[in-house]
Amino acid sequence: MTDVAAYATSTGEAFQFWVLGTVAVVGALCTVFMKKAVHSALCLAGTMIVLAVFYLANGAYFLGIVQIVVYTGAIMMLFLFVVMLVGVTAADSLKETIKGQRWLALLCGLGFGILLCAGIGNASLQEFNGLAQANSGGNVEGLAALIFTKYVFAFEITGALLITAAIGAMVLTHRERTERARTQRELAEQRVREGKQLPPLPAPGVYARHNAVDVPGLLPDGTPSELTVSRTLRERGQIRDVSDEAIQDLKALEQRAGERLGREEGVAK
Amino acid sequence: MNPVNYLYLAALLFTIGATGVLIRRNAIVVFMCVELMLNACNLAFVAFSRMHGNLDGQIIAFFTMVVAAAEVVVGLAIIVSLFRSRHSASVDDASLMKL
Amino acid sequence: MSNAENLIALLVAAPLLGAAVLLCGGRRLDAVGHVIGTALSTLSFVIGVVLFADMLGRGADDRAMSQHLFSWIPVEGFQADVAFQLDQLSMTFVLLISGVGSLIHLYSIGYMEHDERRRRFFGYLNLFLAAMLLLVLADNYLLLYVGWEGVGLASYLLIGFWQHKPSAATAAKKAFLVNRVGDIGLSIAIMLMFTTFGTFAFGPVLGAADEAGEGRLTAIGLMLLLAACGKSAQVPLQSWLGDAMEGPTPVSALIHAATMVTAGVYLIVRSGEIFNGAPDAQLVVTVVGAVTLLFGAIVGCAKDDIKKALAGSTMSQIGYMILAAGLGPIGYAFAIMHLVTHGFFKAGLFLGAGSVMHGMNDEVDMRKYGGLRKYMPITFVTFGLGYLAIIGFPGLSGFFSKDKIIEAAFAKGGTEGWILGGVALLGAGITAYYMTRVMIMTFFGEERWRKSAAPAEPGVAPASGEHDEPHPHESPRSMTIPMIVLAFGSVFAGGYFSIGERFVHWLEPVTGYDHGHPPVSALTVTLATMVMLVVGVGIAYVQYGRGPVPVLAPRGSLLTRAARRDLYQDDFNHVVLVRGGEHLTRSLVYVDHTLVDGVVNGTAASMGGLSGRLRKLQNGYARSYAVSMFGGAAILVAATLLMRAV
Repeated sequence: MTDVAAYATSTGEAFQFWVLGTVAVVGALCTVFMKKAVHSALCLAGTMIVLAVFYLANGAYFLGIVQIVVYTGAIMMLFLFVVMLVGVTAADSLKETIKGQRWLALLCGLGFGILLCAGIGNASLQEFNGLAQANSGGNVEGLAALIFTKYVFAFEITGALLITAAIGAMVLTHRERTERARTQRELAEQRVREGKQLPPLPAPGVYARHNAVDVPGLLPDGTPSELTVSRTLRERGQIRDVSDEAIQDLKALEQRAGERLGREEGVAK
Repeated sequence: MNPVNYLYLAALLFTIGATGVLIRRNAIVVFMCVELMLNACNLAFVAFSRMHGNLDGQIIAFFTMVVAAAEVVVGLAIIVSLFRSRHSASVDDASLMKL
Repeated sequence: MSNAENLIALLVAAPLLGAAVLLCGGRRLDAVGHVIGTALSTLSFVIGVVLFADMLGRGADDRAMSQHLFSWIPVEGFQADVAFQLDQLSMTFVLLISGVGSLIHLYSIGYMEHDERRRRFFGYLNLFLAAMLLLVLADNYLLLYVGWEGVGLASYLLIGFWQHKPSAATAAKKAFLVNRVGDIGLSIAIMLMFTTFGTFAFGPVLGAADEAGEGRLTAIGLMLLLAACGKSAQVPLQSWLGDAMEGPTPVSALIHAATMVTAGVYLIVRSGEIFNGAPDAQLVVTVVGAVTLLFGAIVGCAKDDIKKALAGSTMSQIGYMILAAGLGPIGYAFAIMHLVTHGFFKAGLFLGAGSVMHGMNDEVDMRKYGGLRKYMPITFVTFGLGYLAIIGFPGLSGFFSKDKIIEAAFAKGGTEGWILGGVALLGAGITAYYMTRVMIMTFFGEERWRKSAAPAEPGVAPASGEHDEPHPHESPRSMTIPMIVLAFGSVFAGGYFSIGERFVHWLEPVTGYDHGHPPVSALTVTLATMVMLVVGVGIAYVQYGRGPVPVLAPRGSLLTRAARRDLYQDDFNHVVLVRGGEHLTRSLVYVDHTLVDGVVNGTAASMGGLSGRLRKLQNGYARSYAVSMFGGAAILVAATLLMRAV
């Protein structure tokens, strides 16, 4: 077993590599090519979990767990929060606006990948030692011994970096209110002055049959009014078109009425 | 299987991430692609650590994660404030420097 | 050895201090400025006399003194010192400069009495004295050059002293520019000396002059001659001297007659060893001297402006000195002797002219003078003695010094000797002619300055309202005393110097002396000179003394008209130099515009076009920049791999 480990891994690991490796690549590709940021984030999370498994397989137990807990659990969720805050508009168009950018990017990517692979292939990595010896006292203990001795300065500096980043984020997103908030009365006066939409916005077309905030209310001539739907839904393009449904509802109503009338007719007959 | 394959995988993921950075316009997705690149590097470090039989590679990967966390915090804050002022998360909209 | 050499620096320092105090002191010193200036100038003279007495107390070969003040530019292989050398030659100049200078300071007190910028005038005069003393006391050519430029500056400031007159400002500019040509000659000569001898101190350079090649010495000599031509108004750089008369008359007397214009003679005599080794350069020097001698004399004959006539005379007399200096050891001592006597009588003549102008409402046209001897007797007598001295009347200064130069010219030997001697002899005759003309037109004949027909009694002002008619009167004592002192010098200096060849022996340790082999005896030369003198005076008397002198200048002969225009020197300069310069400039401008600008602008335009294209890369999109970064990284990886593969 140890002889084999000098230059190869177990069959089980090879199987795992090929299956999960495929998943990871597909996840990465989806991250890049999904239209909606939410989907990208989810695909990335999948890739990261796969990577966590690979860490575990490579004897990096601590990192594997951290990858799942910190990366997938915390950082990706942070991404999702921001997506919710920011990316609620319609899905990105993947159409390129800068001339030649896509071709250049693909060319560079391809060339870079080929070069990296050539570099790896060039390096003579025919045998490897494995971490059996290094992990003999436990992986976490080994890492801890290194972090608090050899890398203690780097560790401290990283701590400072984290604090700085936290403060920086606060400073960046904090907005000082420079003027007094306007009272409701002032807002009402402004509305009157501008002469736009004096009364409250009209309510959406809520039908008794389902919960339908995304259904626009109908104007007297039967056309739907966009004003009646919340702006977020409008921007997402998630307004449900109910013009057909209303007609079908009407038809069904007529049919039922007809049936009942028929039955009554039948009864009468 | 030769563990060098992990390196090839890392290279592939890195390249995909880099291409994504270049292609996508949504700042958040661009940022995710950067994270993907970082993770690809981490995978390479972990694989090296195993090959050389010492834990230094893992330590580097660990620091990478910490720094990446810090970077995400600041980066996302920038995106949020950018969105606040421009109502857009597109990196192409932030092109005031062009002629 | 006494400590007298420590006094040398004081000679320069006293007037320099005066200049600094007067020029920096401002209006507070207006009331006493002239006193300070005159006192410091006199102090310099007194120090000079003390040093002279000290020098006489020593043996002939032990008289040179030197004082090393400090190292000015101490660099490896290039040593410039501020050091002074006082030998017999310098001593002669020191006494002349500070003596005549002090007299003229004294004279200026009266002459400039009504000028509100008198303090500044005295500051400039002191500055001139300091620079001129520095020039003759320097022990190396670089320090001499400092003094040389200093006197040029002072000359410029003083010619243009009445700068509100455009003619004065222009004259100052002209003097400065023409002098600059000469200055370039001196600087090139110094550079040549440095490359040839590795130093420019007098001792090493002149001591090693024999060892340098004749070609080198000729080049240095010609450059020194160019410098001398500029400063001493010799052909072809003579054109500034006539215009320089725009300055106040004391300036004309001090700078443009007695001292500064003789700096060129000093330079050539001081550099005697160089010229001794370069016969060709010497020949050019004598030719320049001879040509200028005639040139100045002819110009002097035609001028009606009394100062310009005297300026032509100055040019001519300096021509004599340069001629003598070009003769080598035969003539050095006589050049200096003539320089000293000329300093006396020409300064006296100029002061006399100034005195006449002072009494004649600053009128300078001699045709509007006449009969002034009755009104200003002292001026008449002193001017007359200066006149007799300059024409070489037997027994007076000019007779001895000029006669010696003519003898020395003949003694040069060969055809050259005959030609040079003949020219000098002819010059003596013309000198007698034009000076007699000046004398007659100014002091004799009818009183042409009167506006009214009836001549009034002498000294009585006309009662009628002819307010613009001049009232000739004698000048104040501060002006007449210097004239009297200078007249004494004009009468006796030459004789004193010549008895027993005193002056020659005095200078011999410095300049050397050689009798030469005159082809004719000294007596013959003297007699010939006398004949020329009588002929010149006679012609002038016949022309101007016997009949009335027209108030308006007659048209005159071709030569007269040419001489009135300074023998077309300005026209020549204009056509050859100014026009030529303009054409050269124009063609250079054309080349500059087409060729140089073409290359430059072409480069700029192509760069501009290229940047216009490259600019498009800078489109402001972060993603485009990211592509370049990524591409760059790919290239780096490729390069790394390639290097490893190789």
